Amino acid sequence: MTYEIQPIETPSRTRPHLIQMPAVDTPAPSPTAEAKDQAQPKVQIKDLRFYYKAYEALKGINLTLHDKCVTAFIGPSGCGKSTLLRVLNRIYELYPDQRATGEVLVDGQDILDPRQDLNLLRARIGMVFQKPTPFPMSIYDNVAFGVRLYERLGARHLDERVEEALRRAALWDEVKDKLRESGLSLSGGQQQRLCIARAIAVKPEILLLDEPASALDPISTQRIEELIADLKSDYCIVIVTHNMQQAARSSDYTAFMYLGQLVEFDTTETIFTHPKERQTEDYITGRFG
Amino acid sequence: MISIYTRRRAANFTIMSLSLLATATGLIVLFLILWSLLQHGLPALSADFFTKNTPAPGNVGGLLNAIYGSFMMTVVGTLVGAPIGILTGTFLAEFARGSRLAHAVRFINDILLSAPSIVIGLFVYEVMVVRMGHFSAWAGAATLAIILVPVVVRTTENMLTLVPASLREAAVALGAPQWKVIVMVVYRAAMQGMLTGVMLGVARIAGESAPLLFTALNNQFWSSNMNAPMANLPVVIFQFALSPYADWQLLAWGGALLITLAILALNIVARMVANWSTFGK
Repeated sequence: MTYEIQPIETPSRTRPHLIQMPAVDTPAPSPTAEAKDQAQPKVQIKDLRFYYKAYEALKGINLTLHDKCVTAFIGPSGCGKSTLLRVLNRIYELYPDQRATGEVLVDGQDILDPRQDLNLLRARIGMVFQKPTPFPMSIYDNVAFGVRLYERLGARHLDERVEEALRRAALWDEVKDKLRESGLSLSGGQQQRLCIARAIAVKPEILLLDEPASALDPISTQRIEELIADLKSDYCIVIVTHNMQQAARSSDYTAFMYLGQLVEFDTTETIFTHPKERQTEDYITGRFG
Repeated sequence: MISIYTRRRAANFTIMSLSLLATATGLIVLFLILWSLLQHGLPALSADFFTKNTPAPGNVGGLLNAIYGSFMMTVVGTLVGAPIGILTGTFLAEFARGSRLAHAVRFINDILLSAPSIVIGLFVYEVMVVRMGHFSAWAGAATLAIILVPVVVRTTENMLTLVPASLREAAVALGAPQWKVIVMVVYRAAMQGMLTGVMLGVARIAGESAPLLFTALNNQFWSSNMNAPMANLPVVIFQFALSPYADWQLLAWGGALLITLAILALNIVARMVANWSTFGK
């Protein structure tokens, strides 16, 4: 089953390969935030299939992600939401047994094209993982790591970039006096914000968050969610979460996945107030999953 | 219920006692060795010991030429062997993990690791000494390098495998090319273990005597020519310890103590360097 959400101003386009469900005939989903008035399709996923060896983990996903919006992927464990996220920067390519077919268009360009330069792609698409992964180097070097890969900045500009990233990640005040200390010396919540700072320091276009708060305490979680709300104005953010409240609080669009299929995709408000699919309703009300 | 619990406690106690006994045995032997080394070796450590060459029996002398020879051959052996070992270990852990070639290389490396060092000495004797027509410190250093390589390959691979995949993914996700991921992130994370591996290798080759008999031979006199036979501590210890002369035996004890202390110092320095380099800018 496939849903295609059109931003309000975007004229309806015909896509013969997309199955138009009757549900689309219902009034266009109303945006929950003014941000969506400028929402542009940033990523278009077309008939995406993913395989771990012979096992098909994604069974033909069609989905559009909008710029300057937060899209949440929800669903029970093993439904393929993390897999889908890992396709978007092709990080699965690290593992020879994994492969994807279909199309993933970022600004109209198919990133699944074998000619796509993976390092350049990943420099444009930041990712934060479930467990904090600070590198074994100083806090400063952690944040500067990605910047140094693609830009030659003078010491002063680099300092500014590091400070800006740490400020946006709401970590600056806690670490400004110990930038030379190891990133591993921070608490779990701080480490995760450090990883977010590291990801946004390179100024990516898309930010992928794979259950970024699942290993954190409630206060750290809240800070991360505030951070997501703040970052939304500049990035296309995709967040995988097990936490329904988190999806409801922090996202504009929600995709509900089950057994490798996209069951329903709509504005978060619609998904959480009147979902069209029975499975979605059962999941968000806690009847299964 | 009770009987199962009692049995478990008994089993736990037995295993714990056996583990403690095994640990104690190892430690006691180690301390006995260190004790006798200190007891017999300390009296040998005088100014002459470090400044004079190996003497004829009955004359005053030291181990300067042997200390220098051991130092040079160990350093050259390490400089040649450690990079080969580290790069091979990196290949196995980062580039060829799970491939057939990796299995083959790992298998051959394990054979090399357990090969008697005297066989490696004979190999270098055939390949270098016979062709060059004379014994030399180069041949000695080459032998030591060959002995070092499999130790470093094994520890490097193990240490790199222990680095969690999530760290690699995090670096890759920032757009870092693979070599930068390895050099700037994975090596840093595994630094301490890899250095320990190299140190283990150095400790191993610094005490090798059998393979040097075939390659560097020995030299009663001062020589800094790497292309000629060179004195070295293990062979001098071997020769002097078996001699009937008390002054030679004393020098042998001193030499044994010196090797042990040098390796201890090396280990401490390596650990300090590893700690510092992990945290510094």
